Amino acid sequence: MAHDTAHALHPPTATGLDTRKLAIWTFIGSECLFFATLISNYLVYKGESLVGPLPHETSQCMLHGQMTTCEPIFEIPLVTFGTAVLLFSSFFVVLALNGAQQGNRKKLIGWLSATVVCGLFFIGMQVYEFYHFYHKGLGYTTNLFGSSFYTLTGFHGTHVTLGVIWLATMLVLAIRGKVPPEKSLNLEIAALYWHFVDVVWIVIFPVVYLMR
Amino acid sequence: MDAQVATHEHAHPGPALYLRVAVILFVMTALEVLAFEVSHRPSMPLHELVQPLLNEILIILSAAKFALVAMFYMHLKQDSKIFSGLFVFPLIIAAVLIVALLLLFSYLRLLHPAA
Amino acid sequence: MSTIAMGHAGAEAAPAEKKGLWSWITTVDHKRIGILYGVTAFLFFLLGGLEALLIRWQLGAPDKTFLSPEAYNQLFTMHGTTMIFLGVMPLSAMFFNYFIPLLIGARDVAFPRLNAYSYWVFLFGGLVLNSSFLFNAAPDMGWFAYANLTSKQFSPGLNVDFWIIGLQILGIASLAAAVNFFVTIINLRAPGMKMMRMPMFVWMSLITQVLLLLAFPIITVALVLLMLDRSFGTHFFVPSGGGDPVLWQHLFWLFGHPEVYILILPAFGVVSEILPVFSRKPLFGYAAMVFSGCFIAFLGFGVWSHHMFSTGMGPMADTVFSLGTMLIAIPTGVKIFNWIGTVWGGSIQYKTPMYFALGFVAMFIIGGLSGVMHASPPADLQQTDSYFIVAHFHYVLFGGSIFALTAGAYYWFPKMTGRMLSESLGKVHFWLMFLGFNLTFAPMHILGLNGMPRRVYTYSAGMGFEFWNAVETAGSLILGFSFLIFIWNILKSLKSGEVATADPWHGATLEWSIPSPPQEWNFAVEPTVDGRDPLWELRRARGGTLPEPARVSGKGIHLPSPSYWPIVTAFGTALTLVGFLMHVTLWVILLGVAITMLGIFSWAFEPADH
Ligand code: HEM
Ligand SMILES: [Cu+2]
Repeated sequence: MAHDTAHALHPPTATGLDTRKLAIWTFIGSECLFFATLISNYLVYKGESLVGPLPHETSQCMLHGQMTTCEPIFEIPLVTFGTAVLLFSSFFVVLALNGAQQGNRKKLIGWLSATVVCGLFFIGMQVYEFYHFYHKGLGYTTNLFGSSFYTLTGFHGTHVTLGVIWLATMLVLAIRGKVPPEKSLNLEIAALYWHFVDVVWIVIFPVVYLMR
Repeated sequence: MDAQVATHEHAHPGPALYLRVAVILFVMTALEVLAFEVSHRPSMPLHELVQPLLNEILIILSAAKFALVAMFYMHLKQDSKIFSGLFVFPLIIAAVLIVALLLLFSYLRLLHPAA
Repeated sequence: MSTIAMGHAGAEAAPAEKKGLWSWITTVDHKRIGILYGVTAFLFFLLGGLEALLIRWQLGAPDKTFLSPEAYNQLFTMHGTTMIFLGVMPLSAMFFNYFIPLLIGARDVAFPRLNAYSYWVFLFGGLVLNSSFLFNAAPDMGWFAYANLTSKQFSPGLNVDFWIIGLQILGIASLAAAVNFFVTIINLRAPGMKMMRMPMFVWMSLITQVLLLLAFPIITVALVLLMLDRSFGTHFFVPSGGGDPVLWQHLFWLFGHPEVYILILPAFGVVSEILPVFSRKPLFGYAAMVFSGCFIAFLGFGVWSHHMFSTGMGPMADTVFSLGTMLIAIPTGVKIFNWIGTVWGGSIQYKTPMYFALGFVAMFIIGGLSGVMHASPPADLQQTDSYFIVAHFHYVLFGGSIFALTAGAYYWFPKMTGRMLSESLGKVHFWLMFLGFNLTFAPMHILGLNGMPRRVYTYSAGMGFEFWNAVETAGSLILGFSFLIFIWNILKSLKSGEVATADPWHGATLEWSIPSPPQEWNFAVEPTVDGRDPLWELRRARGGTLPEPARVSGKGIHLPSPSYWPIVTAFGTALTLVGFLMHVTLWVILLGVAITMLGIFSWAFEPADH
């Protein structure tokens, strides 16, 4: 990608750090507050829903126009699998970056493809989960649990999607031979964003799915 | 954070270390789910011990996973301290925000005579 | 010894300035973007001022029917929102843009095209917000939009939606700019400009960017939740579905209190540049100034609930937030004493910028003191929602921010335009503004303590409110008139003002080492710095006089090329959000996203240099 920096015209920088890398870290710092607010919203409303369905308990809820007993919403095995996939995608993108820095194109393209596939799988998992939960009676506006759950995980999913688009762009560039070692920083920046999306999920997974 | 012209030579730790981290992350995730299952099934061993501590266990495991990814995959361990600062400071504010709101909406309300 | 190129460079003919509308639309030059910010923000500021005068006219006498209650609600809401988000913030952004690179000795900001993007998003956000007037649906629920007044049930019209979407767009502009300036300050400082040598304005700007980065995501989420409540039927702030309106207050003020520091810290910075120059003394207590600024910003995240004492948070929370708020008065006091220490014993130059800067110090002290008064919950319960609060925040925002920004305008106008503003008109401006301001806002303390509530469109005769209200309205007319003089001064000086030299005030900082106005590349030779007041050191070394720097041809200086992708991307961004305004119109959203994506990709793959 083209350098949008005036510092390219006036090296080296005052700190010796790359300007774009500094920018992505600044942005990541800012995003921490974005997710903290969404997580607060989820936690403040935890246990405040007026009707079911609920995360871990059977409850009274409205389904197809009548009050029935609803099963707990969460199914841990599927989301655990998705979590593991996202974790491994972080591992893969580190390897891809390693390949890029060594000028090893095969390694770069291979691991980067694996990362993108993992990302796509995670999105698929989430779409399936939403669809499934909906049919178990948890609509977007059914109760506070549904609204705050879908909003939090939905925004995370949007970030995953943007990350996949970014990494896929890098993959296309890599295939065209446009990510040589001296430009591996472009991949490093995308990878930082991807890891951030991963650590956010490291928080969301226990806080939303597992905690009491 | 002055111009300590960061002389971090890019001696990135190799794939072997990354793999070790990945395995640890995987095991910790398994432990998280295990703790969840144990605390939800009275028939499982250690149920009495884990059940009241579930949240604490989860927080510790997830913080450890978070730190591992940040230190090794995001390279904070060897990169400039400025980057660590840019991550840790917002995380502190974020944690304060979450804890403060939880207190305001639960515990502190109980101290209010009118609640 | 600092090396700052002065006068040596051969006086070759400067290249023709780029001209025309297109050159402004595609500009990525931080100085031009600064001017765009300044002009746009000043126009919005005048609009907000007009709204205020209408409010004052309505309140000039009891039982007036000049404004309907509905119009009154729209006017005070739009007045507050405009002044904060479209007036003070972007006026500060004008100074960030124009002067951060000059003060740190850089050729531009870190990401010039992102900078242009920020401006265009800001402009579109301001237009979307104000276009609500065309639909007779201007926001009408107060600038902090308390739930559940904002629910669909109590605000069925588009008024609240315009506010949500307008602020959301403006937030994107602020965040993009904050990343940019933060990175610029950290990374683009000239050789030798260590952090603890940066001009105080740069320090305060840096802290402001940190606040923006950490506070704006919170309001972004709060606005999203409110939008979901209104457009999708969730119940985050709706009690009938289990939601809690008080959560909105917390989220809003978690943003809102840092926001007041976003409004005042740049002003602190401007004044900290001006007082030393016109006292001919270095800034007193530089390190204390830096650390008190950091401390204010940090504490600023822990006191938000002092806006919410009347919600009944309980004795524990009240105590914590009250003590935290009082604690903030300490670093604020440190700053005030340092300003006084700077002026103390100096050889004071009575120039217009100095008048406004001293006016700032005096007025801000009054606002700070009334702030400490309502840090005490029992006192606040009497004062909240009364005109006493209105008095407080106008003393800090107008007496503080606006006085300081005006000081900055007089100080830096010569650098930006190459012309001096008239001193005599400037002093008339100052005295009228000072008089008008105090006549308008000082009596509000009295009215507030006597029980006059804010946000009520009229009052009955015989309540004892008539006299001071009449005084306030008269004062506001004087205040408005003072700005006519300012405008007259600007227009007259642009046309026929005295031509400014590079360093008309004998300034201490790098911007005064280059021609007025600066050439596109700012510094023909990159300066090196080895002290806090580089130009004073240079002047001393040269026996008290500095040669006038020559304009150079700039041949061989690499500059980022102009680009129209920032405005395209900004348009896409704004369009996407507008799609959520019009009852969630999917095709508008998709079109907006498509344009944004096109913009981002074209931008990323566009060669940046010519
Ligand atoms: C010594 C410093 C300050 C203290 C102790 C302080 C304290 C307070 C308190 C306790 C309130 C809430 C009053 C109420 O609503 O009942 C308040 C309101 C307000 N303050 Fe300050 N303040 C200080 C400085 C500032 C500054 C620097 C600004 C902006 C430049 C500012 C702007 C505002 C605004 C806009 C409000 C009113 C918000 C509303 O509409 O309710 N304050 N202040
Ligand atoms: Cu406040």
